[in-house]
Amino acid sequence: MFEKILIANRGEIAVRVIQACRDLGVRTVAVHVPGEETSLHVTMADEVISLPDRKDYLNVARLIEATLESNANALHPGYGFLSENPDFAQACVDAGVIFIGPSAEAISKMGVKAGARQMALDAGVEVLPGTGTHGVIDDPIELAKRVGFPVLVKASYGGGGRGIRVAYTDAELLDALAAGAREAQMAFANGEVYIEKFLETPRHVEVQVLCDTHGNRVALGERECSIQRRRQKLIEEGPSPGIDAELRQRLNQAAVRVAEAIGYVGAGTVEFLVDAGRFYFMEMNTRIQVEHGVTELLTGVDLVSEQIRIAAGLPMDLRPRQGRSEGWAIECRIVAEDPARQFRPSPGQITHLHVPHGPWVRWDSYLYSGAKVSPMFDSLVGKLLAWGRDRQEAIARMKRALNELRIDGITTTIPLMRVVMDDPVFVAGGTSVRYLEDRLDTLLSSLAQTTSMETVK
Amino acid sequence: MKTIKCPMAGNVWKILVKVGDPVAKGQDVIILESMKMEVPVTSESDGTVAEIHCKEEDFVDDNQTLVSLT
Repeated sequence: MFEKILIANRGEIAVRVIQACRDLGVRTVAVHVPGEETSLHVTMADEVISLPDRKDYLNVARLIEATLESNANALHPGYGFLSENPDFAQACVDAGVIFIGPSAEAISKMGVKAGARQMALDAGVEVLPGTGTHGVIDDPIELAKRVGFPVLVKASYGGGGRGIRVAYTDAELLDALAAGAREAQMAFANGEVYIEKFLETPRHVEVQVLCDTHGNRVALGERECSIQRRRQKLIEEGPSPGIDAELRQRLNQAAVRVAEAIGYVGAGTVEFLVDAGRFYFMEMNTRIQVEHGVTELLTGVDLVSEQIRIAAGLPMDLRPRQGRSEGWAIECRIVAEDPARQFRPSPGQITHLHVPHGPWVRWDSYLYSGAKVSPMFDSLVGKLLAWGRDRQEAIARMKRALNELRIDGITTTIPLMRVVMDDPVFVAGGTSVRYLEDRLDTLLSSLAQTTSMETVK
Repeated sequence: MKTIKCPMAGNVWKILVKVGDPVAKGQDVIILESMKMEVPVTSESDGTVAEIHCKEEDFVDDNQTLVSLT
C-alpha cells in the first residue's frame, strides 16, 4: 500500500478521498488555491501545499511538482479538473508518480467520442445508428433519412454537452452540421462532427465497473441518472426502475466487454441510453463518478478504497457480498443554485448547518458552519444519500433526511428535492431524460405553495 | 444617480456596454461568471452609462456597484 497520496482536487470529492485514505492508513496531502485556506479538505489532510494561482487545479506542472515536493507516491485526481486528461496521467507516470486511475492510453481511447463508438461496436455493444467513425459524411440527408429524423449532430472530440444540436428536418440538419462544426472547431480545436439518431425520451442508465491488474473485471450494477437539467445530473438511484433482470444482466455484460476492449484498470462507468427495452452505448467515464455512493450503498464496496488498492497493485476486495446489489439507494445532489430563479448560482458563507444523522442516510460534503461556498468552482455542495430495502423505503428515508437537512446562508436545491420525492411521476419511477424539463413548472408551483405555507405557519 | 449592482459574487466575464452608451430597462450590461455558469446582469432602469466600476476578469462581490447611469 502507498505511504502517502496527494489529492489533486477540492470540495466534497477531496474530503471523500481523504476519508478512504484514513481507512487504509495512508497519509494525505491536500492542495488548495488562494482563498481556500479554511476549506474542509485543507484542514482535514495530514499535509497541505498551497498553489499560487486560482486556476492551478488545472496546472499539470504545478500539481506534479507538489506531489514530488511532498514525497507522495501516488496522486488521486478525483472527478472533473484533470481527471480525464491523458496528458496528466502520462505526466504522473513520467515523474514516477502513480496515477490512481486508468492508463493515459485508455483515457485517450475513450476521450474521442467517435472512436469510443467504434470500439463499443467492435466489442459487440450496440450504439445509436449514425455515422460510422471518422471521415466525411458523404450524404448527411440520406444518412438522416436512413436512421430517421430527429438526429443529433455531435462534436467528435467534444464533451460536456457543447456542440450538440438536434435536427428534425433536412434544413435544420444542414444548419446544425455547419454550426456544430464551427462551434466544435472553436471549443475543441477540431471541427469534426458526427450524426446519430436522437431519442426523445430515453433513460440515462450507467453501469459501474471495477477492473484490477490481476485480471478481475466486474460490473457492480446500474445507476439510473435520468433526472438532469442541461445534462447535469440532479438525482440518481439504483437499481433503475425501468430495467428488468434480463436487461440488467445484458447491460452488465456489455459494460464489462467495453472495459475489456480497452484493457481498462480501476473504477469506471459505462453510460447507456435505454429506450423500449434496447440499450445503446453512449460513453465511458474513466474516473470516479459524483454518484459512486449509490453503488457503495447497494453493494457494500468502497469504490474509492478499491481505486487506491487497485492502483497499488492489490486485487479488488468485493466483500461482503461479492459485488451483488441489495435494496435500493437514492442520491440527491444539493447544489448552491436557486431553482425558482432559473437555477441562478448562489455562492456565499454558510451561517448554519444541520446534517441529518439517522439510520441508512449518508451525507458527503465539504460544508461546515462558517464554510465559504466559492463562486470560482461548481455549485455542488453536498450529496444526500438514503438506502432502503425497496424503492418506497428509500424514498421515505430520503424525505425524512431532506426535511432534517438545513443549510442557511445560501440558496440550495433542498426544497426542490423535497417536492420531487412527493411527485407522482417520480414515485411511479416513470422518469426519462425529459423528466425535469416536463415537470419543472408543476414542481416549482408546489414548491411555491409549500414555501408560502411555511411562512404562514 | 442610478447604479447597477452585482447580484452575486463572481468574476466579470464580459462587459457589454461602454461609457456614453444608452441602456434600456431589462438590457444585459455585464455577464458574470459564477460557479462555472454565465449570469447576465441587467439594468433595472433606462439611462446612459456614466461610469463602469469594474473590468473584465475582476472579482466582484454581491451588492458591489458595477455600473453607474445618468
